[in-house]
Amino acid sequence: MLNRIALMLGITLLGVCQATAEDWQATVEIPRLNVSEYHRPYVAIWIQDENRKCVANLAVWYQLTKSGEGEGTKWLPDLRQWWRRSGRSLQMPVDGVSSATRPAGKHELMFNDANQRFSKLPAGKYSLMVEASREVGGREVLELPFEWPSKTTQKLKAAGKEELGEITFVIPPTK
Amino acid sequence: MNRLLLSFVFLLAAVPSASYAHKVWLLPSQTVFSGPEPWLTVDAAVSNDLFYFNHFPLRLDNLVITAPDGTEAEAQNQSTGKYRSVFDLPLTQRGTYRVAVVNDGAFASWEENGERRRWRGSADAIASEVPADADNLRITESFGRVETFVTNGAPSQEALQPVGKGIELIPVTHPNDLYAGETATFRFLVNGQPQKDMEIVVIQGGTRYRNSQEELNVTTNEEGEFQITWAEPGMHWIETSHQDDETKIENASGRRMSYAGTFEVLPQ
Repeated sequence: MLNRIALMLGITLLGVCQATAEDWQATVEIPRLNVSEYHRPYVAIWIQDENRKCVANLAVWYQLTKSGEGEGTKWLPDLRQWWRRSGRSLQMPVDGVSSATRPAGKHELMFNDANQRFSKLPAGKYSLMVEASREVGGREVLELPFEWPSKTTQKLKAAGKEELGEITFVIPPTK
Repeated sequence: MNRLLLSFVFLLAAVPSASYAHKVWLLPSQTVFSGPEPWLTVDAAVSNDLFYFNHFPLRLDNLVITAPDGTEAEAQNQSTGKYRSVFDLPLTQRGTYRVAVVNDGAFASWEENGERRRWRGSADAIASEVPADADNLRITESFGRVETFVTNGAPSQEALQPVGKGIELIPVTHPNDLYAGETATFRFLVNGQPQKDMEIVVIQGGTRYRNSQEELNVTTNEEGEFQITWAEPGMHWIETSHQDDETKIENASGRRMSYAGTFEVLPQ
């Protein structure tokens, strides 16, 4: 039993180590805001094509715990762009995509490019979209254009003014 | 000439939504929802301004709510106050709801002992309440629809199927997929058929904070279609009316139909 756990742990660690070379590495900064009533923002990260159609959801951070008004799905339409492009036709939560809201600070994310959600994308121009919306706060959308397949390492960068800080994406060359 | 003018004035007064002064509307709390059972709340009123409660409440006797699966849903917590009516609706299904007040009736006017009498009510009541041999009797059928649309989750089409009576707005662009800077296309049907040359008025809410109504006037084409490019986000009101002679009411001279809808336009 112990052996099996150790083995599994080993495989998991190995998997993580191996993955790094082909991972899309991202940082998403949520700014520290000096406001009297602060709530963590809802954030959606997705890939859209040139027609603004959502082709892959990467992450959705929203309130997962129950409150007086049920789970936080009630406020998902406040992520207006994401809701229109994708959210409204999904049944939340979505495995591997949705998770809890995060505090202010820099958050590191990894997306393995073997992931079929985007490894099978047809060649073309795409954008990484990051949208944040905060209760009794504002809303901000950032667009980071890139090309697929990736011939060289593409370093995408954008900075928000209100609800988002610095956003970086490193897309390695497609094998 | 005087009588013609008088009857015209009466016609306007009798069908508030067709009048140039009074606007009839349903105001949804929001039109885009998410969750297992979000609640919609709606105000209903007749007023000069959009969307302010300053004239009459809109009666809810003929409230018809079509759920996404096509069945009828029931409003809760109905109440009518001095200036507005309100009701709630739990959105238990995913998809688009059509929320409407549909008034189907008739009005009549005649002369009795030299005085003008006016009456309005249901078509069935005409026989018992309007003297058939009155002088200058004039009966007109009236059919009015006041509506709005709300969606829980992804927009759907089932509740938007035409019922084939009166004026109906049929989406080409879904009514809960309207965004500032984009152009929406709708079609108007009269008794189920596309109707050309209908004159449509579009007014954005918040008229109280503008010096003019800033109404947009558009006309339907051969297919009954018209387009609106939304300049700004916000609640918008669309109104039109139509008259024809297709009435099944005995001795009636024609039918007057009206339509008023509230549509939410979201920012990009």
